Amino acid sequence: MRIEFDEPKCVAAGQCAMVAPDVFDQRDEDGVAIVLEPAPGPEHQDAVREAAAVCPAAAIRLVGE
Amino acid sequence: MSETVPDYPMKREASCPFAPAPAVRTRTRAESIGQVRIWDGSTPWFITRHADQRALLNDPRLSIDEKRPGYPHMTRARAAGAPHHPQLITNTDPPEHTRLRRTVNAPFMVKRVEALRPRIQQVLDGLIDDMLAGPRPADLMRAIGLPVPTMVITEILGAPYEDRELFQTTSHVLISHDSTPEQAAAAGRQLGGYLAGLFAEKMAAPGDDVMSEMAGKVKAGEMTSAEALSMSSAILIAGHETSASMISLGTLALLRNPGQLALLRERGDDPRFVANAVEELLRYLTIVHSGIRRIADEDIELHGKTIRAGDGVIFELAGANYDESEFPEPDRLDLTRPARQHHAFGYGAHQCLGQSLARVELQVVYGTLYRRIPTLALAVPFEEVPFAMEGVAYGLKSLPVTW
Repeated sequence: MRIEFDEPKCVAAGQCAMVAPDVFDQRDEDGVAIVLEPAPGPEHQDAVREAAAVCPAAAIRLVGE
Repeated sequence: MSETVPDYPMKREASCPFAPAPAVRTRTRAESIGQVRIWDGSTPWFITRHADQRALLNDPRLSIDEKRPGYPHMTRARAAGAPHHPQLITNTDPPEHTRLRRTVNAPFMVKRVEALRPRIQQVLDGLIDDMLAGPRPADLMRAIGLPVPTMVITEILGAPYEDRELFQTTSHVLISHDSTPEQAAAAGRQLGGYLAGLFAEKMAAPGDDVMSEMAGKVKAGEMTSAEALSMSSAILIAGHETSASMISLGTLALLRNPGQLALLRERGDDPRFVANAVEELLRYLTIVHSGIRRIADEDIELHGKTIRAGDGVIFELAGANYDESEFPEPDRLDLTRPARQHHAFGYGAHQCLGQSLARVELQVVYGTLYRRIPTLALAVPFEEVPFAMEGVAYGLKSLPVTW
């Protein structure tokens, strides 16, 4: 699994950082998402799927699913 | 069009005040999309299904620009106010919206609101102590529901808690559908004047709060004073009665579902369980019940119908949250169900800015209150609990409880 993050779409709702905190964080100045693990290990994949599903801006795409 | 167009907002059934109106459910089960008639006689499209909301609320062909002719305003007062609003996160589309939202987003980041958790816990513990030391029955809305968000919002903004009376009355007038345009305008001026004074103080002597942070951005030329003031007022209004309603309505819903309440009491020390319980209560209650509004920029085909450019569109969030294809047996409050994909905070680029803060507040309250007061019970029959249905969000006028 690989994460494709469309930053211009990000509205900084932070749902990814809440659901999958080991994989996503938020930039201090404006809350825009940061991908910490672009190729998350199996232990994080359920959380990453949920993060992609709850992203209100549909800015997280999962490749190789 | 042969189909009769129902009026909107729709009335709920008195016997199930938490569930959306029957006409909303009927629409969600139907094959196609329909229309509703609103206060000005216009007939915007009415979108209730979960999948349709997810698709359309991220569709750039729909706009939130409330100044366009044909925009389906919530009330006459809102229609009257719209031309006078500055550019806000609530009336702009990307890319302008993206710029504005990023300017105001920092205080609501997950890690920043998480840092408030101990303080919220401390505030709540104090309020519960006070309620338990006082007379029975007590009004849970006054004792816990309103003071928790008021304390949190005043601390975030950096406003003195002593000024809470002004916040509570003006924000109530501003979000109530019963207010006349004149009353809403007067409340808006009163709150605006107060916030302008407070903002001037923060410009002169900044503290560690959101208004001071915005004052810094104004000085740096990243934001205008008008934007900072609009944002302060939006934070105050949006974060106030909504959280209060979730606290009191959530408690009422749990008291009506003793099995679920017992589960929450037993597992209130498990943060994952409590976090999911909050999502399910957000879904089950869906307090924002007046529909979120957009206007079409281009023609959009959906389920054999065409939403024409210039048509208004209303999304009923409770429809999606009670959509059986997404949430089986939606009328059942089930704190263990996967509920994370609810639309209680909306969906798309305009999803609630304060949602992470609301979650922390509710997790602290739901995780603590029923364990601290295991004998909590209604002090009046359920039928006598006074609901407040007239606002953007519904809630309770009071919640008489005993223990």
